[in-house]
Amino acid sequence: MTAQLQRHWTAVCRYDDLVPERGVAALIDGVAVAVFRTHDGVLHALSNMDPFSGVSVLSRGIVGDREGRPTVASPIYKQVFELATGACLDDPSISVRTFPARVLNGVVEVCSV
Amino acid sequence: MMRTVVVAGHGMVGHRLVEALIGRDLHRQWRIVVLAEETRPAYDRVALSSYVDSWDAETLTLPAVLDDRVELRLGDPCVRIDRRKRTVRTASGRRVHYDALVLATGSAPFVPPVPGYDLPGCYVYRTPEDLDAIRVAAQRAMRTTVAGRRSGVVVGGGLLGLEAAHALRQLGLSPHVVEIAPRLMPMQVDEGGGALLRRFIEGLGVRVYCGRATAAIEPDRGRMLVRLSDGTELDTDVVVFSAGVRPRDQLARDAGLPVGERGGVLVDSSCHTSDADIWAIGECAAVEGRCYGLVAPGYAMAEVVADRLLGGHATFPGADTATKLKLLGVDVASFGDAHATAEGALEVIHNDPVAGRYAKLVVSDDARILLGGVLVGDAESYGTLRAMVGAVLPADPGALISPSGGELDAGALPATAQVCSCHAVTVEAIGAAVRDGATTVPGLKACTKAGTGCGSCVPMLKKLLAAQGVEQSKALCEHFTHSRAELFEIVAATRIRTFSELVTKHGTGRGCDICKPAVASILASLSGVLNPGGHILDGEQATLQDTNDHFLANLQRNGTYSVVPRVPGGEITPEKLIVLGEVARDFGLYTKITGGQRIDLFGARVEQLPAIWRRLVDAGFESGHAYGKALRTVKSCVGTDWCRYGVQDSVGLAIALELRYRGLRAPHKLKSGVSGCARECAEARSKDFGVIATETGWNLYVCGNGGFRPRHADLLVSDLDTQTLVRTIDRFLMFYVRTADRLQRTAPWLEELEGGLDHLRDVIVNDSLGICADLDAAIAAHVVGYSDEWRGVLEDPAKLARFTSFVNAPGVPDPTVEFVEERGQPTPAHRRPGQPVLIAGPTLTVVR
Repeated sequence: MTAQLQRHWTAVCRYDDLVPERGVAALIDGVAVAVFRTHDGVLHALSNMDPFSGVSVLSRGIVGDREGRPTVASPIYKQVFELATGACLDDPSISVRTFPARVLNGVVEVCSV
Repeated sequence: MMRTVVVAGHGMVGHRLVEALIGRDLHRQWRIVVLAEETRPAYDRVALSSYVDSWDAETLTLPAVLDDRVELRLGDPCVRIDRRKRTVRTASGRRVHYDALVLATGSAPFVPPVPGYDLPGCYVYRTPEDLDAIRVAAQRAMRTTVAGRRSGVVVGGGLLGLEAAHALRQLGLSPHVVEIAPRLMPMQVDEGGGALLRRFIEGLGVRVYCGRATAAIEPDRGRMLVRLSDGTELDTDVVVFSAGVRPRDQLARDAGLPVGERGGVLVDSSCHTSDADIWAIGECAAVEGRCYGLVAPGYAMAEVVADRLLGGHATFPGADTATKLKLLGVDVASFGDAHATAEGALEVIHNDPVAGRYAKLVVSDDARILLGGVLVGDAESYGTLRAMVGAVLPADPGALISPSGGELDAGALPATAQVCSCHAVTVEAIGAAVRDGATTVPGLKACTKAGTGCGSCVPMLKKLLAAQGVEQSKALCEHFTHSRAELFEIVAATRIRTFSELVTKHGTGRGCDICKPAVASILASLSGVLNPGGHILDGEQATLQDTNDHFLANLQRNGTYSVVPRVPGGEITPEKLIVLGEVARDFGLYTKITGGQRIDLFGARVEQLPAIWRRLVDAGFESGHAYGKALRTVKSCVGTDWCRYGVQDSVGLAIALELRYRGLRAPHKLKSGVSGCARECAEARSKDFGVIATETGWNLYVCGNGGFRPRHADLLVSDLDTQTLVRTIDRFLMFYVRTADRLQRTAPWLEELEGGLDHLRDVIVNDSLGICADLDAAIAAHVVGYSDEWRGVLEDPAKLARFTSFVNAPGVPDPTVEFVEERGQPTPAHRRPGQPVLIAGPTLTVVR
């Protein structure tokens, strides 16, 4: 028998409630996830936990881009993370987990697996 | 085994020796015993005249050398040298053995032996104590009821004499200057320059008597009568002698060391006396027979001795007696062979008494090599010209000093040209520092010390950086090639109101955490003009704000926020104090008194902030900007209402200033303080703008800083009435907001401002750029447009909705925020700062 991952989507908020280039924090199966909508309408979800400070705050960072790649800067010590991959662009050895996100019937959903 | 060097004297030169020796003695060969006559440590005697601005001798103090190898004995001068035993005896009777002895006893004022020179009311001009005594005499004179103006006579019209005249003028006396030579400052300037200088000085109400000696001073009905050699009689209350100095060489004479013909301890070019263990430096030394009454040659001697003590072979390079100074607001500069004494030397002169400008260049007989010069009225080209002495001129000398003259190219300077004469730094040394990675003026200051003395070479350093090809990139970040000041001007001129439009038209990409808050700040600074009634979280602006501005509170290390209610001027009623206690108790907040006379409430979660503000607003508070690049607080002492010494209502003014400028967004935070008297209990001089009460009004100090690089604020204007004070602060703040770099506090801003404090004063007091009406209007718009930003959130459901822990679980507080109790209050549960923290992964749901 093969183990099969079940995709479990959790509703976050209405897509229209997301302010472009600003994040929100959501609780996905007990885990804090930062959800962003970039200026071009794309959704990104990554762990809300800033690995440098151990504090759940990435959703409160400033969204921008670095060399064209969408990013968020941690509000604590300002390290920059790529939204698409979770990679820290200031320290290649660090990254944060990303989560699948989608819009269904105008509602943003994030998958915990 | 460490050897002992005894330094006799702790003036500027003795201090420099200590600095240089400690800095270079890497193998700890020497311990240093400094025997000082004065009871205060070394201070900047060159800046003595600035003492009358503050009457605070602390402001003159030179940075102390803190090192276990240095023993500084104040008020215990060396009184005798025993060369055979190699010991010195001090005034207190202590004997100190030396392996090397450095005489740095300086000089004493020369008082001409005219009859009456020792009457009460006659002073010299050398130490803060001398100025204190002159001040007391001036104040006593002001109280007498004799008819006529109170006046002071200065004997000597050199540099120091004119500074003394300035000080007397500051003290309310009418100054008279008597100079035996046919012109003022005979050492530095020539006849033409002296004539223009005299016109300037007389225009300021100083009476000048040149070509006359002081014949006698007589007591006269409680005042004095000064008789000049031509029969002129001057009524006066105070006489100040500033007729030159004489080297203090008595120690050496008593020890049998040879002295120069005109005095001064005779030394060779290595600063050695005839005794191999004894050296002399500074104004007490006669290097190969010649004494120097300037600090720069003294510094050079100190460097020579430091090098020699460590086994080097440095020699005194001969002195650069070039000077540039501002006397009573008049620029005067003199350099090189100013009096054209070289054989065949030619003088090229531009003299415009109407424009108030005199310039002379002394050149070699073929007019190719610059030998020296004199500048009066406009000395802007001094830095470049002085460094060019001895070099081939890049252009016709006449063209170089004509008002429309070509810009001098720093790149044309020879490598050996001295850029900074205070610290003997050459063009070559600057080049080496640049190659080693120094790319800014502060960087050059740190590694070469150039520009840290009198500062006159700072513009030259900028030019040299440019000439070395160092691109002084002003680009804010990868999204804008502009500096913050340029973006400010773009926004002000184009009235662009959104970041998106600005970055589309003038930048690239979508911005970042550097440019977005900077632009948000610019938009907020101009909101009074561009967007009256707007809120910093309106529309797209919300996305630009740093988390503190976005949540209108201070983010702390555990992800919670602190709230610091505004307490203008630090004045608070008992009822309001109780409300703060109740809010802190009810929300479980850690509570601490801040340095800015406020109360800081820590540990509020995002979703608690609106409820906290609601309680504050209901009690008549607004929250405060303890975050953000904005005015923080205006600290005050208790002032005339209660204090026995206060002379003005400092609390009332502090409250008015805090309410006026609250919410004003700036390149960096702004702090202020108001002190009700010269005791300065509000520490106003450590603030970006500080106000200190005087008997007749307010003194305004600007560009002070505490923190990492402390800086005392500079006196901008004195004795202002309240209305003029406020207008001047308005302009100061708006000029800073418009022109400073991102995250540049006022102190470094001033240091980088071309023309420094004088330029700043010109712009905002004399309106030299014609922008004051704009500055006034911008502040007026800010004051009218200000509204309580926190109340603005409470009244807007859309903004309020952002204050939630989790958008899909608003009732659930962040489970990772934990507190422990410390000294009876909640504090963040321990986490190791700065290290990645292992976070437990989510549980996987596995279906078989």
